[in-house]
Amino acid sequence: MDFALSEEHRLVQQTARDFATREILPVASQLDAEHRFPAEIVRGLAELGLMGVMVPEEYGGAGMDNVAYVLAMEEVARACASTAAIMSVNNSLVCDPILRYGTEEQKRRYLPVLASGREIGCYCLTEPQAGSDAASLQTTARLDGDGWVLNGTKVFVTNAREAWVFIVYARTEPEAGPRGISAFIVERDHPGISVGKVERKMGLLASSTCEVLLQDCRVPRDNLLGARGEGFKVALSTLDGGRIGIAAQAVGIARAALEESVAYARERRQFGRPIAEFQAIQWKIADMATRIDAARLLTLRAAWLRDQGKRCTAEASMAKLFASETAMFAAHQGVQIFGGYGYIKDYPVERYFRDAKITEIYEGTSEIQRLVIARNLLA
Amino acid sequence: MDVVVCVKQVPDTEQPIRVRPDGSGVEEQGLNWILNYYDEHAVEEALRVREKHGGTVTVVCVGPARATEALRTALAMGADEAVHVQDPALEGADHLAVARVLAETIRQLRCDLVLCGRLATDDNASVVGPALAEYLSLPQATAISKLDISDGVATVEREVEGGVEVLQVPLPAVFTVERTINEPRYPTLPGIMKAKRKEIRTLTLKDLGLEPGQVGAQAARVRYSRFDPPPRREAGRVVTPDSPEEGARLIAQFLQETAKVL
Repeated sequence: MDFALSEEHRLVQQTARDFATREILPVASQLDAEHRFPAEIVRGLAELGLMGVMVPEEYGGAGMDNVAYVLAMEEVARACASTAAIMSVNNSLVCDPILRYGTEEQKRRYLPVLASGREIGCYCLTEPQAGSDAASLQTTARLDGDGWVLNGTKVFVTNAREAWVFIVYARTEPEAGPRGISAFIVERDHPGISVGKVERKMGLLASSTCEVLLQDCRVPRDNLLGARGEGFKVALSTLDGGRIGIAAQAVGIARAALEESVAYARERRQFGRPIAEFQAIQWKIADMATRIDAARLLTLRAAWLRDQGKRCTAEASMAKLFASETAMFAAHQGVQIFGGYGYIKDYPVERYFRDAKITEIYEGTSEIQRLVIARNLLA
Repeated sequence: MDVVVCVKQVPDTEQPIRVRPDGSGVEEQGLNWILNYYDEHAVEEALRVREKHGGTVTVVCVGPARATEALRTALAMGADEAVHVQDPALEGADHLAVARVLAETIRQLRCDLVLCGRLATDDNASVVGPALAEYLSLPQATAISKLDISDGVATVEREVEGGVEVLQVPLPAVFTVERTINEPRYPTLPGIMKAKRKEIRTLTLKDLGLEPGQVGAQAARVRYSRFDPPPRREAGRVVTPDSPEEGARLIAQFLQETAKVL
C-alpha cells in the first residue's frame, strides 16, 4: 500500500496546477459572466497534452493514464468547472471510445485532431424521452447503399456548438432496449447533422450545451464505432471512464470552495475577531476538508483500477456519487461561510454553487449511481 | 552552444510556510517542493538559446534526494541532460560551498554559457551565481533581462535605476536572470513522459574530487542561529475623527507614538 504519487504524476499535477492558476483562474469569472467558450484556454490545454491525456503518443496524445487524467482534471476544475467539462467530454467521452472501440483508420483519422485540440468532440446519448433510461433511445440508423442514414434528436450535448466529432448512439435493430443500439462517429460536415437550441443553464456557463438534430444524416458505412448492435456496451464502458473524470471535476469544484472559504474565514472579522476562530465555521471547514479528501481517494482508486484494466463500474459510480455530493456540500457550506457575500457574483463561491449542481446530474444522476452500486451488490 | 543551467528546489510559497517550534528551520513536512521560479526562467532562456544556436542544455542541481524532481521538471520543459550532486556531507553547506560544488561539476561538462536564477525564493540570497563565476574565473552579469548571442559574444541588458544597462560579455560567462527575461513554457505531458526516460546522472563529492571538510558543514562560513516566523499581522485600527484636522492629528500621533516612524 502506497499513497504517494509517482514523480511523473506529481509533475502532471504541478503543470496542470500552474497552468490553471496562471491562465484559467484569472478569467474564470469573466468566462462565466459572458457565457464565453474559452477557445484560447482549450488550445493551451491541448498544447500541454490535456485534451488527449490517455491517447497514445502514436496518435498524437500524451500517452498517460487515468490517474494523470484525474489529477489534471481536479486542477482545471478548481479554476473553472466549465473548462473542466469541455476537457472531460473530449477526453473521456470522445477520445476514449474511439481508442477502445475504433478501427485503426478511425483512430488515425480522429485521435490526432482531437488530442491536439485542433477540433473537439461531443457525445450524443441523451434524448428528450431517454435520459436515465438511455436504452430506450429512439434515434434510428439504417443502412442505405454505402452508408448509414441517421434520424432523431439528441439533447443536453456538451460541446456540440464547437464540436467537429459527434459520437452518436442510434437504434440499428428493430428490437427494443439496449440490444439494438449502435455507436457512430458523425462529423460536423456530414450532411443532415445540425446543432439546434443552445440551452440556457444554471451553471457551466462557459461551455455549450445543445440540442443536436439528425435529419436524414448520411454517414459513411465505416463510421460505425464498435460492432453493430453493441452500442450500449460502448456507451456504458465509456461512462465508467467519464464518471471518474466527473468525480475529479467535482473534487476540483469542492476544493475551490474550501480554499476560498479558508481564505475568507481568516480575513473576515465579526465580533472583533476573524470568523475562522468560531467553532461553527471551523466545523464546516473540517467537514468540507474530510469529505474532499475521501472523494479524492475514491476517485484516484477508481482511476487506478481502470488503469489496471480491472472492472471499475461500481467504484467509478461510488467516486462520482460521493464526489458530486461533496461538491454540492462544499459549495453550499462555502456560500454559507461567505454569508451575504456568498450570494453575490463578486465572490466565486456563487459560481461554485451553480457549477456544482450539474455534477450530481450528468453522466448518470446520483440516483442512477446508487442503482449501479446496489445492483453490483444485490444482482 | 552548450548551456548549463543551475537550479534549486524550493518550497512552494503558495502554501503556508511554518517555522519549527525550536526555531531550527522551516518545518519540511507537508511542503510542496518546486523548481525555483527564477530558475524556471533560466531553463527557458537556455532552451531558447538552443533553439536559436543549436547545442545542448544541461541542468545541474546540488541538493538532497527530493531535488531530483526539480531536475525532472527542467527535463520535462525540454532540457537534454541532468546532473544531480547529492552527498550527505553537503548537509549544512553554505552558499559559497554550493557555488564551489557547482563549479567543480561544470568543469566536467561541455559548457559555453552558465545560466542561474537571480535568486532562490527560499532564502533570497543571490550569492550562488556570482560566487560560481568567481570559482570558474568567468565574467558575469547579474539579473539580466535580455540575452542575445552572436559570434561568441553575449549582449545582455540589466534593468538599473532609471534605465537599462547594456553589456557585452565574451563567452563563456555566467549570467543570473531576472524574471522579466521571458515567459517560461509549461512542461507538457509528452515532455513529462520523455523526461521520465532521460537519465539523471548522480555525482558525489568524491566524484568531483572534493572533501567534506572543504564544502560541508565544517567549512560553512554562514551558520543559521535561529528562524522566527514573521510577526502576526494585527488588524488595522479605524479612527473616526470629527474633522479633517482631527484626522490628521490622530494619524500624526499614531505615526509618532505607536509606529514610531516620525
